[in-house]
Amino acid sequence: MLCQRCNNKEATVHLTKIVNGEKNEVFLCEECARETGQLPFAGNDPFSFQNLLSGILNPEINSYNTGIKQGDKCGTCGLSYYDFTQNGLFGCADCYETFNDRLNPLLKRIHGETVHNGKVPQRKGGHLRKKRQIKELRDEMKDAVKNENFEKAAEIRDKIKELEDNDGGE
Amino acid sequence: MSLKDIINNNVTHWISGEGPDNEIVLSSRIRLARNIEDEPYPNQASKEEKQSVSKRVIEAISSQKQLKLHYINLADMPELERDLLVEKHLISPVHAREGYEKGVFLDDNERISVMINEEDHIRIQVLTPGLQLDETWELASELDDLLERKLDFAFSEKWGYLSSCPTNVGTGLRASVMVHLPALSLTNNIGKMLTAVSKLGLTVRGIYGEGSESNGSIYQISNQVTLGHSERDIIDNLNSVSKQIIGQEKQARQYLLQEKESEVIDRIRRSFGILNFAYKISSDEAMKLISNVKLGIDMGIIDNVDKKVLSELMVLTRPAHIQKINGKELSISERDIKRSELIQTRLKM
Ligand SMILES: [Zn+2]
Ligand SMILES: [Zn+2]
Repeated sequence: MLCQRCNNKEATVHLTKIVNGEKNEVFLCEECARETGQLPFAGNDPFSFQNLLSGILNPEINSYNTGIKQGDKCGTCGLSYYDFTQNGLFGCADCYETFNDRLNPLLKRIHGETVHNGKVPQRKGGHLRKKRQIKELRDEMKDAVKNENFEKAAEIRDKIKELEDNDGGE
Repeated sequence: MSLKDIINNNVTHWISGEGPDNEIVLSSRIRLARNIEDEPYPNQASKEEKQSVSKRVIEAISSQKQLKLHYINLADMPELERDLLVEKHLISPVHAREGYEKGVFLDDNERISVMINEEDHIRIQVLTPGLQLDETWELASELDDLLERKLDFAFSEKWGYLSSCPTNVGTGLRASVMVHLPALSLTNNIGKMLTAVSKLGLTVRGIYGEGSESNGSIYQISNQVTLGHSERDIIDNLNSVSKQIIGQEKQARQYLLQEKESEVIDRIRRSFGILNFAYKISSDEAMKLISNVKLGIDMGIIDNVDKKVLSELMVLTRPAHIQKINGKELSISERDIKRSELIQTRLKM
């Protein structure tokens, strides 16, 4: 079969696009496929999130054009939110903190949810659990002090110290 | 080396045509995206930073003794060999292209692959034949735990495993099955199936290439969402949808046998005839014909060919495999000739 675009070369790229459940087939030569962005050099799916992100974030991009705050950059890797809207990729783990405010609506749109509900790493998860435990003990200690139960407060204080020491030694 | 040896050397575990529900499900795959806490993601990292990531992952994997994995530095690997790994689905097409400090760990039967410095620092993949998502997940999760003993993964209490792309945040899990649905295609039911599947939070795409063809009626179905649902829920959902699709495809095959028997038999035998006698076959045409003949074997219309052979041929007839088997680079036309030779030799073996 010949390429549907140039009608000249052999069509080697067969694309099946599914838009709203409807299937469309396109046959292109490799050159035409690249030229029309159907077969990007990066090898990305033309319907991938990266390519759709600009669309999703249109209001954001417009607000950039009218001047998003300068210095709106991740302090660790230097990525700006505008950079992020261009390729859809974060630069480092700290980007999640840096762009914290804007992530909830974005993640909600992608996943329908905003809170992780799956596996927790064992080592780091242990640390998180310990952090939660310490926080609970601190609240208990405050209550004990308020009730002038100083003996109990001291006991809890020692327990907290023990937990914190262990944590640092990990 | 005989052709048999060459084929055996090139056939990975998942291509064996075995596993549960193998007349419809070719393979099950689990992928986990993981990143090291204090390193920039590959898209922002310098050559040295990527080197540091490679080094840390190599150390972590080498220090565990449970799983025997071999490291391949992709920069040291000829392009053709890298393409071979792509055709076997062991690395992604993006990972096969030029770039610093890209590597992959593989086990002996190529069931496990761990990509280093792909879109994320680490992509753990387990690929098994047939429908066995639970076993596949367990192995991937075990490998994840082994690595986590040595590496601090970027993880947030709220958002889970942090990844380079926000579509992977949370579980970092992509579960998928590769299904062969020729009867749903022949009965024009594929569109309906695709719509239904997308409403259930799953995506469907053709195999071989992100954004490429779905020729040979082979589709890959995977979860769309990674945040807010547990790994268990994601896998259970894909499992139950897969079982429904298997049921639908079986019904469509039954219908074809009852209502269109002579047309179907004719189509399958013609395909078998072309595979056996053509002088040149393009990879697209080969996929379609192989798909028809595999259907013929699965439906009992062709009974003198081992069904494993057709699953194998789906991969062996891809361009990099044809060139590898012939030991040299070939033009498209040469490949088409060698492809039909290979198919004919293999069908007689
Ligand atoms: Zn063209
Ligand atoms: Zn950053």
